Amino acid sequence: MNEAATPWRRLFRVLVTVGPGGLWLLVFVLIPTLLVLVASFLTRGPYGELSGPWGLHNYAKLLQPAYLEAFAQSLLVGVLATLLSALMGYPLAFYIARHPRRDLLLFLLLLPFLTNFLIRVYAWLVLLQREGLVNALLGAFGVGPFTLYPSFFAVLLATVYTFLPFFVLPVYASVERLDWQLLEAAYDLGAKPFRAFLHAVLPQTYPGLFAGSVLVFIPAMGTFVVADLLGAGRVVLIGNLIQQQFGLTRDWAFGAALSVFLMGFVLLALYLYARLQGERGLDELV
Amino acid sequence: MKRLLSLHALLVYLFLYLPILVIVALSFNESRRGVRFTGFTLDWYRALFQDPRVLEYFLNTLTVAFVSTLVATLLGTLLAVGLVRYRFPGKGFLRYLLYIPVVVPDVVMGVSLLLLFALAREVLGFPRLSLLTVILGHITFQVAFVTLVVRSRLLLLDPALEEAARDLGARGWQTFWYVTLPLAWPGVAAGALLALTLSLDDFVVTFFTAGPGATTLPLYIYSSVKLGVSPKVHALSTLIIGLGAFFLALGYALGRRRV
Repeated sequence: MNEAATPWRRLFRVLVTVGPGGLWLLVFVLIPTLLVLVASFLTRGPYGELSGPWGLHNYAKLLQPAYLEAFAQSLLVGVLATLLSALMGYPLAFYIARHPRRDLLLFLLLLPFLTNFLIRVYAWLVLLQREGLVNALLGAFGVGPFTLYPSFFAVLLATVYTFLPFFVLPVYASVERLDWQLLEAAYDLGAKPFRAFLHAVLPQTYPGLFAGSVLVFIPAMGTFVVADLLGAGRVVLIGNLIQQQFGLTRDWAFGAALSVFLMGFVLLALYLYARLQGERGLDELV
Repeated sequence: MKRLLSLHALLVYLFLYLPILVIVALSFNESRRGVRFTGFTLDWYRALFQDPRVLEYFLNTLTVAFVSTLVATLLGTLLAVGLVRYRFPGKGFLRYLLYIPVVVPDVVMGVSLLLLFALAREVLGFPRLSLLTVILGHITFQVAFVTLVVRSRLLLLDPALEEAARDLGARGWQTFWYVTLPLAWPGVAAGALLALTLSLDDFVVTFFTAGPGATTLPLYIYSSVKLGVSPKVHALSTLIIGLGAFFLALGYALGRRRV
């Protein structure tokens, strides 16, 4: 720091740089988060407004079977979407990283991602509907037609489609940094390809693998749009319940409790991730 | 093994592109329903351009994106500089606050802002849900991303450069303006671009913070999908895909030239 900087000057500099953004985060991030927490202990008034009495009743309501089923489905979408992304994205990251034209392949990976999120989801509706392309193709082989939409399957497929690059990019970054000499050493020591991969390559990609998993799992279980458009009422996730409470049902207090619950899941996932990766890992997520 | 990996990659890319190609093809299809291609037409594009509402939604989307990106880039860049350069009480807390918009599912972000605006209206009498509230919401998640991107760039810089400027007699703001900012510029540009993309793509936060008269293109697409799709949406989607491809290609070309 400048020798001449007096405490006042220092204070002024901090206020000018951190002040506006910090104030913004306090007003638009901290206060709203606290409001959700407070609202979750309130009650829905006769006109759908928030009112007393205070209590834990919204959290007790979470234990009803219909809501528990929504949590189970969200969790299932999150886990399955992460597994499918790994199945598709992990080998792809290796292919891209070792390809002579990897710039182009990365470009092609990101291109569908730049089209609007809703369009990407909607495209699956077009493909999977009863008179859609998939059924038309199956029909050519004399199979079907099947009701692929609305369904859990459709929701899962579109979720993977939407978040796949989130998985591929961190793994790709890991593969790029990979020390291939370890693999050669494993071979020299007589390891078979599978064992060599397991011990010399896989552990080196753990950072990307963990980061990719968190980046797919959190939005996959938190989204409501995919289930809304492709589940059409048959697939109800936590996000859909939240949207209902703030929409037609107008029970903001219960919606707030659902939000707190969903946040709990997210924080749990992040906590596990931080345990595996260390504090620094959080910065690598961005 | 290598052939297997290529086949796998081919299938994944097919998976990525099939939906998009279908949308593009349908936008030129004469038939209103189904996927059978009955003949080439530009009718849906004509209908799209003749719909004055679509132009209004387009302008709304652009207004929100540019205003929010401008404010968020300014706030985020300053915040990043402050976080990297100075120690102050509450710094650790501020860093945690910064992660909230990044990790919170956007539904939760949307409803928390909705609660804030509802409370403010109760107490202060404003703001009504409108384009303004949408912009405030977008800035909120953009600030976090811009700050984190610029911060990671600043952390890469050599502190000796700023020290040299000070040793040569530059004042605080001169060091910032002539040394720090030009060096941080790629980070600022990347942050702004990310913020712009996030705003243009956002549906969920907009959905919860928009009022009447504040319809953006994503909201329009959502409601037309909900109501049963008109092929105009295929035409609109194709245009958005084309625009996205154009800008990504531009960035790609510029990036190559720099290297």
